[in-house]
Amino acid sequence: MTDQLVIGGHPFNSRFILGSGKFSLEIVKAVVENGGAEMVTLALRRANRGGEENILDYIPKHITLLPNTSGARTAEEAVKIARLAREINCGNFVKVEVIRDSKYLFPDNYETIKATEILAKDGFVVMPYMYPDLNVARDLVSAGAAAVMPLAAPIGSNKGLSTRDFIEILVNEIAVPIIVDAGIGRPSQACEAMEMGIDAVMCNTAVATAKNIPLMARAFGLAIESGRNAYLAGLGRVLTEAEASSPLTGFLED
Amino acid sequence: MRVNGKEMTLGNNQSLLQFLQSNQFDVTTLAVARNGEIVPKATYDVVMLGEEDTLEVVRFVGGG
Repeated sequence: MTDQLVIGGHPFNSRFILGSGKFSLEIVKAVVENGGAEMVTLALRRANRGGEENILDYIPKHITLLPNTSGARTAEEAVKIARLAREINCGNFVKVEVIRDSKYLFPDNYETIKATEILAKDGFVVMPYMYPDLNVARDLVSAGAAAVMPLAAPIGSNKGLSTRDFIEILVNEIAVPIIVDAGIGRPSQACEAMEMGIDAVMCNTAVATAKNIPLMARAFGLAIESGRNAYLAGLGRVLTEAEASSPLTGFLED
Repeated sequence: MRVNGKEMTLGNNQSLLQFLQSNQFDVTTLAVARNGEIVPKATYDVVMLGEEDTLEVVRFVGGG
């Protein structure tokens, strides 16, 4: 029995989703391959001159591309970016990201719900980035989200699982895949998220700001796989008092 | 004509495809909005540009 991640009917063997920001083009391929990622996020920006190098040339062909709607401040802008991205003809996955707070880059949950509903009806596989709120997560699922992506900490912060308890609530209550996105800084944090029952982890800055970028991508890939195996294995119980590992000796005189 | 926020002269009558190719753009890596509307890629060769048009030409870059 394989343990595949299924999003919008598409199966993935890897639970590591890679953000491609902050990397030089030459290193993108090494990061994808070392991390074993099968889905990579991209942004959409102006092409100001012809003959520029293109990031698509550096991403292996079997990778699922996940355009984000970064730059959007409203649902309407997110929908426009998503439709433009789809016109490049690289699939129908989209990460909805609607942000109008420039200090913490927290997503606007309500505009995200609106954009999700429009895009889901328009045939996209919608993966919305959200601030962990159970009511909003339920609304996103009703709106047609294929997964829900709560943040762990502010984008680019490397802070870790600041929203741990609230993400855990989503794992317990929401039926679609839960993917932690933003703020994870260490492989151990990605591992911890997977141990909790998170379905996948998205990282970008944690890899891009490492001293040895391809090696850190490998560390994350292994950590995510490790955490998933631990979750499937079933974590051992936690006690307050000690419990000896071996029975009493019996052969030593009291 | 305005392209990505910059004014430029169109010169002669040309289709969107001709305009993009003459500027060394790789059409397979782009999407275009003309006057706020997304142009379906299959129609690039028949959409004729005018001096009053505003284009946004976008492509994928790294992002999280």
